[in-house]
Amino acid sequence: MHIAEGFLPPVHAAAWTVAAAPFVVHGVRAVVRQVREDPDSKLLLGAAGAFTFVLSALKIPSVTGSSSHPTGTGLGTVLFRPPVMAVLGTIVLLFQALLLAHGGLTTLGANAFSMAVAGPWIAYGAYRATRRFGLAISVFLAGALANLATYGVTTLQLALAFPDPTGGIAGAVAKFGSIFAITQIPLAVVEGLLTVLVVRLLAHNSPKELLRLGVLRRSETTATAEEARS
Amino acid sequence: MSRFTRTNILLLLAVVLLAAVPLLLGLGQGEEPFSGADSRAESAITEDHPTYEPWFSSVFEPPSGEVESGLFAVQAALGAGVLGYCLGVVRTRRRNDRRTTATEPGPTT
Repeated sequence: MHIAEGFLPPVHAAAWTVAAAPFVVHGVRAVVRQVREDPDSKLLLGAAGAFTFVLSALKIPSVTGSSSHPTGTGLGTVLFRPPVMAVLGTIVLLFQALLLAHGGLTTLGANAFSMAVAGPWIAYGAYRATRRFGLAISVFLAGALANLATYGVTTLQLALAFPDPTGGIAGAVAKFGSIFAITQIPLAVVEGLLTVLVVRLLAHNSPKELLRLGVLRRSETTATAEEARS
Repeated sequence: MSRFTRTNILLLLAVVLLAAVPLLLGLGQGEEPFSGADSRAESAITEDHPTYEPWFSSVFEPPSGEVESGLFAVQAALGAGVLGYCLGVVRTRRRNDRRTTATEPGPTT
């Protein structure tokens, strides 16, 4: 989903930067507040950032014969809400833009908007909507949709900047969508499963923290303890 | 093995399978099988809009594929290292808590 350096016309690049900036600024304040009010959550904050770091470095082959990578923003979204991920996701994108020539500085705003803003917020919506059906299913959807939504937004961004010569913007959505959409489905499943795995490990080992963050409910902490014993 | 551990292993196996099946079935196509979707989007742009000139280039470009994959490995290693550290800390913390309170039956993992 990383739009390469220089591959958005200046007006588009600037517009996406303006769109993403308030979310990142608001996110920085959310991180500062989180750390000040609950210093013990620093460890899990680190885990959420690390998860995005490792997942977005892994390029995984997919059924369409191309490779792409997960985003890893679902975990932090579930643990800390989307504003925190606006910051952590942007840090990852900056790292990749500066050291790996993956993505870019001019496209940082657009990439941050898709991966660090849109993905986490859509994931959060899905998580909240399905939370009552259980922790695993809602976390899975959060992880998977963080991924799919990110690539969906990238498709739109590219289509707006590069309308198809014959089919216009709709044609371009279909074209870029065909590059990303099917490729991304198995990767979204991978991302969902891995997010569930890490949340299970945290719920098992650190139920008090997850209770405090509002991820677990009191009735569920005993259920996870029982599962461990059976 | 507890149901907890078993489920976790199954989750990992499913992930490995999802990544391995496209390779095992040889689904790669074209000149460079399993090339990145990002670069495919890039070439789709240059094909349809041959007049478009990228107006900015990367501040630093890894000089070779080896250096690039090395840097990607660094990124993954940093992430996995920190994540592993965090999981280790919460696990040890839980064991210590359990030892001091000693009200719960011992772990059966």
